[in-house]
Amino acid sequence: MDPVRDISLTVNGERVTARVEPRKSLVDFLRDDVGLTGSHVGCEHGVCGACTVRLDGAIVRGCLTLAVQADGAEVWTIEGVSDSGEIAALQEAFLKRNALQCGYCTPGMLLTAAALLQENPRPTRAEIREYLSGNYCRCTGYQAIVDAVVAAAEGATS
Amino acid sequence: MTDRSPLTLQDLPNSYIGRSVPRPNTRRLAEGRGSFTDDLVLNRMAHVAFLRSPYAHAGIKSIDASRAETSPGVIRVVAGEEMARHCTPWVGVLTHMKGLKSAPQYALAVGRVRWQGEPVVAVVAQTRAQAEDAVALIEVDYEPLEPVVDMETALDAATPVLHPELGDNLAFERVIDAGDVDAAFAEADAVAEEVLHFGRHTGVTLEPRVLVADYNAGAGKLTVYMSTQSPHMMKNIFARHTGIDEDDVRVVSRDVGGSFGIKIHTYPDDMATVALSVMLKRPIKFVADRLESFVSDIHARDHRVTAKIAVKDGRITAIEMDDLTGIGPYSVYPRTSAVECNQVLNLVGGPYDFANYRAVGRVVLQNKNIMCQYRAVGHPVAFGVTEALVDSAARAAGIDPAELRRNSVVPDDAYPYTAASGIKFEALSHQKSLAKILELMDYDGLRAEQAKLRRDGVYRGIGLAAMIEVTNPSPMFYGVGGAHISARDGVTIRLDPTGGVTCATGVTEQGQGTEAVIAQIAASAIGVPIEKVRVVTGDTETTPYGGGTWASRGAGIAGEAALQAGRALRGNILEVAGAMLQAEPDRLDIRSAAVVDVETGAERMTLADLGKTVYFRGNELPDGVSPELVATRHYSPRQFPFAFTNGIQACWLEVDPDTGFVRLLDFWVVEDCGTVINPQLVDEQIRGGVVQGIGAALYEHC
Repeated sequence: MDPVRDISLTVNGERVTARVEPRKSLVDFLRDDVGLTGSHVGCEHGVCGACTVRLDGAIVRGCLTLAVQADGAEVWTIEGVSDSGEIAALQEAFLKRNALQCGYCTPGMLLTAAALLQENPRPTRAEIREYLSGNYCRCTGYQAIVDAVVAAAEGATS
Repeated sequence: MTDRSPLTLQDLPNSYIGRSVPRPNTRRLAEGRGSFTDDLVLNRMAHVAFLRSPYAHAGIKSIDASRAETSPGVIRVVAGEEMARHCTPWVGVLTHMKGLKSAPQYALAVGRVRWQGEPVVAVVAQTRAQAEDAVALIEVDYEPLEPVVDMETALDAATPVLHPELGDNLAFERVIDAGDVDAAFAEADAVAEEVLHFGRHTGVTLEPRVLVADYNAGAGKLTVYMSTQSPHMMKNIFARHTGIDEDDVRVVSRDVGGSFGIKIHTYPDDMATVALSVMLKRPIKFVADRLESFVSDIHARDHRVTAKIAVKDGRITAIEMDDLTGIGPYSVYPRTSAVECNQVLNLVGGPYDFANYRAVGRVVLQNKNIMCQYRAVGHPVAFGVTEALVDSAARAAGIDPAELRRNSVVPDDAYPYTAASGIKFEALSHQKSLAKILELMDYDGLRAEQAKLRRDGVYRGIGLAAMIEVTNPSPMFYGVGGAHISARDGVTIRLDPTGGVTCATGVTEQGQGTEAVIAQIAASAIGVPIEKVRVVTGDTETTPYGGGTWASRGAGIAGEAALQAGRALRGNILEVAGAMLQAEPDRLDIRSAAVVDVETGAERMTLADLGKTVYFRGNELPDGVSPELVATRHYSPRQFPFAFTNGIQACWLEVDPDTGFVRLLDFWVVEDCGTVINPQLVDEQIRGGVVQGIGAALYEHC
C-alpha cells in the first residue's frame, strides 16, 4: 500500500488537494491539514459526536471516516455552515437558551440538530432526544439543547 | 467612595443582577471559532505519546527502546531515570491533614509501576501518530507483582505494601467521636444499619486533558498553554519541579472543554510534557486520548461505608459510620486524596440536628488509578449515606420519611450551628426548603398514588435528599497546609478612552458562565451597559494572581472582588467627573455609560468623553486632579472556612421488579442560592449537576 494518497475534495465550498496517510481520520485531516479546528475530537471511537461533519449531504463521524474516503466528496464543517448563514436560526436559539456551556460538543450538536430539522421540520421532544442521542454533552445541558432545537423548529415553521 | 444613590445595586439602571443575560464569548463557540488548547499550533511543535503500564503492579526490569528511537519521525525517547533528572518528584500531602502520608511520585515510573495506565516511557515525534507508532515498538521487561486492588484487605498484614518506605498502605485516618453515641443507640426506639458501596467515577470531560508546553531557551521562559481550572497553581507547580524561576513561567488557559474538577491536579504525563519542552527547547503538545483519559484522569468516590442510625421520639439522635476509601497508589498533588474522605466525615448527617456522631474514615493505597477531587467533592457520598440511613430509619421506626426529616432537620433559626462533626454552618434553610419541595412535588398526593399503584403491582419510589454544599473555601482549606493555592482572587477593572471597560481576573471559565457573571457585576457596579464590558481570564501574565475556578468560587470570590473593584472605579470616575464638571461627586451618578445628575438623571458627560479627556487632553483637567481609571480589588473568605448553601432534591421513579429497569419519572430541586446573579446560568448548573448525578447513580462506573 502506498504510504500516502493524494486526495481532492471541496471543504466548505473551497477546493482542497492534499497528500495524506491512508490511516488519517477525516477530523484529523480537517483540523491538522486544513486548519478547521471547529470540529472537535472527543472519544475517537464514534461515541461522542463532537467530530460530526457533513459529507456529501449526510452527517458522519469525522473520527470514523478516513480522509481518503472523502476523496472527491463535498465536506461542510461548522465554520462553513456558520459563514453561509445556513444554521443561523439554530445558533441563535442555542445562544438564547444557553444551550452550550463549555462549547466543546456544540459544533457537532448543531450539525446533528440541523440534519434532524432538515429531515423532520417539527420534531417532538422525544424525536429530538433520540436523534441527538449520539452527541454527548458532558456539561449535561441536554434539556436546554432540546429546548433550543424546539425553539428553532417553531421559529422556522411559525 | 460615593454610594449615596437612593437605589440599591439591584435597582439601578443597567443593573444586570438577577437577569439572564447571554454569556459573552458563546457565539464564537457556536460557530466553531473557539480556541481550545488542541487547536493551537506552534512553530517546531512536536508531539508526545506515552507508553503506559499494562500491569497494576510490576517491577521494571529493563526497557528496550532501540526500535522506537529509529522509528520515522521520532525525536527523543525518555524513560523514568532520565526524566527524574529534569523533573523532580512530588508528594501529595498537606501539613494540616494530620498523619497524611504518600510517597514521591515521578513523571515517569522509576523501577516500579503501581497502576495500569501509569506512564513509563515518553516518545516525542514530529506527529502524534509517529509517536504512537514508536510507543508500540518499545519493549519493557516487567516483573509482575501481586496487585493490591481490594481496599478491604489493603491494610491486612499479608497484603503487600505499595511503598515500603511508608510502612503500610494507610494514607490517612480520621476519627470523630462526639456526644455519647453508645448511650444514644442503647436508648433508641429504632436503629437501622446500611452497608453502602459507591463505585469509582470520573469526570469524562469531552475535551480531554491537553497542554502545549513551550520553553524558550533564549528568554529562559516557559509558557504552558493548558486546559486547566487553576493557571496560577500550575505555574507554581511547573516551576517548582522543573527548576525554572516561577516568575519566568506563564500558564495560559484558553477555552476549556469541561473540567468538573478533573483539570486541577498534577498529572505525571503533564509534568513530563513540560519537562520535555525544557529538555528539547521546543514546544511539545500532549493530548490525552479517550482511552488514556479513562486510566489517567483522576477517579473519585470509591467508598465502602458501613453506617447505622438511631431514632428516638421520632427524631434522629445518632449516627455511627465507618468509611473506607481506596485512592490508588499516591495521594494526588497538591490537593491530596484525603479531602474527599474528610468531607464525607464532615458532612454525613449535616442537614440534621443530632449531637451523637462517631465516624472513622480510612484512606488506603492500592494499585488502581489515582483518585482525587471531582465535582461536589465527597458530597454525593456523604448525602447518599445520610439519606439512605434516614429512609431506613423511617422504615425501622414506622415513620413517614418526610415526617422524620421534618422532625430532624436543623431548625432555620438555629444558626450559627455547629454540627456534631465539628463543622460550623451559617444561615441554612432546611426547614423552608423541605416544606417547599414537599409542596412542589405534591408529596402526599404521590404517596397516595404510590400506594394505589403498588396494589396493582406497579413499583414506584420517592426519594428525598437534603444537602449542604460547601463552597468558596477560605485559606484554611489548602493554603494553611502548605499548598500554593490561592484562596484569594482579584479583579482589575479599567476604563478605556472608548468608554469600554475591561475586567481581568484570576478565576477561569469552563462553560459555567464565570465571565458572564463578572461582566454582570462589573457593569452593574460601574453603571455601564454590559455590551461595553470585556472579561479577560486564564492568563497568569495578564490577570491578577488567584486560585482559579473550582468549588463554586468564581461568583462567590471573584464576583465579590468585581463588585468592590467596580465600585472603586465608579468612585474614581465620579471624582474626576466632579472636578471636570465642578460638581460634588455625590451629586453625580453613572448610568448607561454616562455621568448624570443623581437627582434628575440628566446626562452631564459620557464615559467615552471623560476617558478621552483623561487620556488625550489631560491638560484640560484642573490642577491637582490625578485620574485613576483602573481599580483592583481582591477578596478572600475569612470568617468561615466555607460559604455554605443548602437545598433538597426529590425524585419519583418506577422500578420493574422483573428486570430491575429503573424509569425516572420526575425530579424536583429546591436550592437556597442567596442572591441569584443570572437565573439561567444557575438553572443550567443545577440541571447539569442533577443529570451528571443521574449518570453516577444509574450508569457510570470505572
